[in-house]
Order: sequence, then C-alpha cells, then structure tokens
Amino acid sequence: MQSFDLAAQGLRALNSTLHALNGQTNQTSWEVINPKGAHAIAVGLDAPIDVTVRGSTGYYCAGMNKQATVRIKGSAGPGVAENMMSGTVIIDGDASQYAGATGRGGLLVIKGNAASRCGISMKGIDIVVHGNIGHMSCFMAQSGNMVVLGDAGDALGDSLYEARLFVRGSVKSLGADCIEKEMRPEHLALLADLLARGEADHLAKPEEFKRYGSARKLYNFNVDNASSY
Amino acid sequence: MTDFPHTPPKQSWTFSNDVNAEIRRAAATGIYDIRGGGSKRRLPHFDDLLFLGASISRYPLEGYREKCATDVWLGTRYAKKPIHLDIPVTIAGMSFGALSGPAKEALGRGASAAGTSTTTGDGGMTEEERGHSRTLVYQYLPSRYGMNPDDLRRADAIEVVVGQGAKPGGGGMLLGQKISDRVAMMRNLPKGIDQRSACRHPDWTGPDDLEIKILEIREITNWEKPIYIKIGGARPYYDTALAVKAGADVVVLDGMQGGTAATQDVFIENVGMPILACIPQAVKALQDLGMHREVQLIVSGGIRTGADVAKAMALGADAVAIGTGALIALGDNDPALEAEYQKLGTTAGAYDDWHEGRDPAGITTQDPALFSRFDPILGGRRLKNYLKVMTLEAQTIARACGKNHLHNLEPEDLCALNIEAAAMAGVPLAGTSWIPGRNGTF
Repeated sequence: MQSFDLAAQGLRALNSTLHALNGQTNQTSWEVINPKGAHAIAVGLDAPIDVTVRGSTGYYCAGMNKQATVRIKGSAGPGVAENMMSGTVIIDGDASQYAGATGRGGLLVIKGNAASRCGISMKGIDIVVHGNIGHMSCFMAQSGNMVVLGDAGDALGDSLYEARLFVRGSVKSLGADCIEKEMRPEHLALLADLLARGEADHLAKPEEFKRYGSARKLYNFNVDNASSY
Repeated sequence: MTDFPHTPPKQSWTFSNDVNAEIRRAAATGIYDIRGGGSKRRLPHFDDLLFLGASISRYPLEGYREKCATDVWLGTRYAKKPIHLDIPVTIAGMSFGALSGPAKEALGRGASAAGTSTTTGDGGMTEEERGHSRTLVYQYLPSRYGMNPDDLRRADAIEVVVGQGAKPGGGGMLLGQKISDRVAMMRNLPKGIDQRSACRHPDWTGPDDLEIKILEIREITNWEKPIYIKIGGARPYYDTALAVKAGADVVVLDGMQGGTAATQDVFIENVGMPILACIPQAVKALQDLGMHREVQLIVSGGIRTGADVAKAMALGADAVAIGTGALIALGDNDPALEAEYQKLGTTAGAYDDWHEGRDPAGITTQDPALFSRFDPILGGRRLKNYLKVMTLEAQTIARACGKNHLHNLEPEDLCALNIEAAAMAGVPLAGTSWIPGRNGTF
C-alpha cells in the first residue's frame, strides 16, 4: 500500500498524484493519513484504485469520482461523493449535508447517519445509508436508488422524478409529489442487491422496507397544482 | 337642442391596452405569462451615454492607420492556462435544449472565426459546440444537467452560474415541448416533462462554501482552467466582492436586459437592474479590493453594437457577452419569416415564445423539421460578420477618443444625456461637471 501524508505533502500533490494513475498502474492501493478535515480530498479520480482516508474529511471528498473505491475511516463533510460517476465510496462514520448530490452512478455507502439533503438531485447513483437521513433528502432526485435503514426526516423526495426511495424506518413527512408505492418482487430483488453491495445485508431484510416514488402529478405545470409548489 | 361635442376617447396610461390584454389573458388562463428574452421595458441604457471624442485637449488616433488593439486575457489570477481572445465580445451561455444543435454549432463556428469564446448552458456540453468552438466556456449550473469531469477537463474555462440578469434569484425552466429524446437523455429526465432547474446549487450555500467548491473544481482540473462566476444584476457591489473573495478569476455580470430561454414575464420585467446601473458598482468593488483588471469583468445584457461594447469597456469592463444579439445575427426574428410569425400570432421582432419550440427560424427548437431549416455554416458566417462589425465599431470610437486599446477607454471619455443615466453610470451629465450623487454642479 502506498501511503500519503496529507499534512506533510499537501492537497495539490495528493490529487495530482492520484490523477496521474491510470488503468495500467500497479499502485492500486493507497492510504491518506492526517486528512484533518481537509476539503477536496481525492476528487476527480479516474482509475480503478483503492484509496483509504484514515480520518475525517471536509467538503467534497471523492467528488466526481470515476472507477475508484474511496473509503473514509471517519466522518465526511458536506458534499461527499458529489456528482460521482462510478466507483464506490464507503464512509464508516456520518456524512454531512448534500451527500451524493447529483451523483450519476456508482455506490455511496454511509454506515452512520446522513444529514439534510442527502441524494439531492441524484441522477443515477445508488446510496445506502445504515442510519438515518435528514430533511429534504432526495429533493428533485431524478434517477438511482436510495436505501435508508433508519428514519427519514421532513419532506422526503420533494419534487421527485424517477429515483426510487426505500426506507425501513419512519418518514417524518413526504415532500411534494412523493408518495408511498407498492413494493413489487423486482423491487425486493433490487433491494437485496443494494443491501448486499452496501454491506448492510446482515442488518436488514428487503421485506422490512417501504418504497417511495413520484406521483408524477407535477411533471407538467398545471395551475390547479399551484399550491403544491 | 345644442349638440355639445363629446370628450374624445382617452386611454388610461395605467390601464393601457397592453396591461388590459394581459389582465384578460390571465383571467382566461389562470397562468402567468412565460416567455423568452430579456426585459422589453424602456430602461436607462448605453443609448443614454455619449462619447466626447477628441479635439484640442485630447489627441485622436488615425482611423485607418494607427493600431487600436482589441484582445483580452481572461483568467490571469489563478489559472495555469488563462484564455486569450482576439476580441472582447464573447458569446453568452445558452443551452442545448433551449437552442437546437445546429444553432449551437453556428455559435461555435462564428465565435471561433471571430477569435472569441462561446459558452455552454443548462443541459451540458454537446459535440456540436465543443467541436466547433476554439474556446469553450463550460457552465457549472445548479441543475448539474450533463455535468461530468471529462467535460470539465475538455473545457477552456468553467463558469459557475449563480444567477442571470433576466431572473436573478430564479431557476430555469424548459417546457415539455422541447424535451426531445436527446435532451431528455442528456438531462436524465423523462421525455416530455416540464424540466425545472433549481435556483440554488445543490451542494453549496454562500460565499464560504463557494470558495471550497471552486477549490474542488480547480483540483479536479489541475488548476488549469479559468473559473468564472456569473451573477445577475442584483447587488453587484457586494456580489462582485464576494465572487472575488470566493476565488473567481473572472466575474460575469448580467443585467436585466439579458435574455433567458423561458421564465415568467413578471420576473423578467420586475427583478434585477439594468446593466448600466450594475457596471460601475462592480468596477468599484474590484477597485476597492485592488483587483480591477486582475479579476476580469465581463458584462452582458442588451449589448447590441460596437458603441455598446465601447461604453461598457469605458465604464470598466474587460469584455462583454452577447446572447440575444447573436441569435438575431443567426436569423432569429427575421422579417423574412413574417408570414410564419403571423401564424404563431406574433410578428417579427416580437417573437419570444421560444419555450414552445416552434421557432420558424429553427434556432430555439428541438423539432427536426424546424431546425433542419437552419444552416449552421451560414449562421456561423453571419455571426462572425456581426462580431467583426461590433469590433470595428468599438475601435472606431476608441481611436476617436485617442485610445490604442479598447481597454484604455475610461469613464472620462463619456457623458450622459440625462440625469438618471449620469447617476447610474457615474459620468457627468452632458455639458456639466455634475455626476448626481457624487460631485460637481449642474
């Protein structure tokens, strides 16, 4: 494993080193020590490498990730894995607001809780949260899957498009145009796969979840719905 | 019996025919009016300023012999690869979705031929515009439609859009008629829905967050790309200062005459300030911070001619951006299409229902039958010509003011025709030394 001391070598050196790796590299395993809550750690990666951050991170860790697996052995600040394209990001602790925002692909696993606006405007990412998620999560979520083993805060899925939301615990309130939907066999199969990939299959069973999605009533403007906006 | 004359019919100024028609339309439909374009009000504008020119106290340059440079560097503050443009007239952000693919191609062709940049819009980067744009600015918008690191890296600059002049504080809207298969795919949305673009970014709030967001973008792109921050004309002094604080290389400032693909008419006409009022405040913010010319200022909103370019630059801008003017150069609202505009219930020059996707010029549409009418090669040539003319016009004025570079134009070269423009622009009322609110006497 290659070790990188962020406090000693600096952020620019870290990201430029990781960006220089390509699909043919033999240096596939990295650890980052002394992150000390720094912002923009391991952003814009584009290689099938494994990066372990030993400590907590600031804003936008693993932002726009492609291919790489990033493990955070601590908690993550705002916007972790924002706009992720592919790969995997696993957080041992909690995640601050906007986790997985606008993510287009890949898998984000949060083993603690996620704050508000988790999965905001998600566009294809899969997010598995072992704990709870905060208010306004999945706002304007377009596609992808959100799995929450705990509870969801206020206004879940407000102005939702086609993302699928699975919550095991309580939902404090649903946002505009978000409704509970029938859990069909294909959803149970999807959940089983997500729980397994999200390292949560020992914690919950697919049958324990409820599914939420878009009522699709706000897809085209209708003045009769004005009070919903 | 005496037949006294009646008082002639008198229309109300307050309840004019236009106002009454809108009341009737609202009563019939229950929906506010949505349209494209910018403010149609009569606003204080560059028309209200004049250049003084040179005579005995100032020395002019020979029009056809002495050089007047027009180039501009953008992004010199932090970017490893700042942009160098031959002319200071850039093409503003307009989305694929709002515009057709061929129209985006034409913008790239025309801008490149004239030695300037073009800009993406909401919806991501298309091959048409990347392939035909020598210098392409990639917008980073709240919706993040089409956003990905590969396009960030193949852009020449990145523009973080906070707001736009037509609707400062508002998000975007692309109605279902224009969500074709291709547009839907680029935006990860079902076909045919009304697509909303958020008014706030999903993962930052305020200037402190924005500073970190810019750090992330710079890290992803190896600190190579100039980072622009685009703001609408709301509170330009403070917004410019905060953009500088957040780390912008370039501030793009859009006044309320700046166009939009679609939003509520009430928003366009009642929110924001005209560009004339915005520029001096933004320039003062840069000067107060000691960053004028180090952080470049691009202004937009109602730029039509080389005179407008010169006036904006005399007030302190480094460059301008055009949107509506560029579309007109491509063929938008051309009287040659009058019969077709009549069928849509409008007339050439007034057509603004761009969101409906029925543009007979084939520019603001996703209908193949309509956009195939538009020739991107011809459109690009027309845009290049227009940009060249604007540049020649600005040079003509600059030489007359004795300047060997457009950037040497200054407020001292200007006077205002009325008190409002004098106060907003911060230049003396013509024939006086009076700048209302500042100094001098009437």
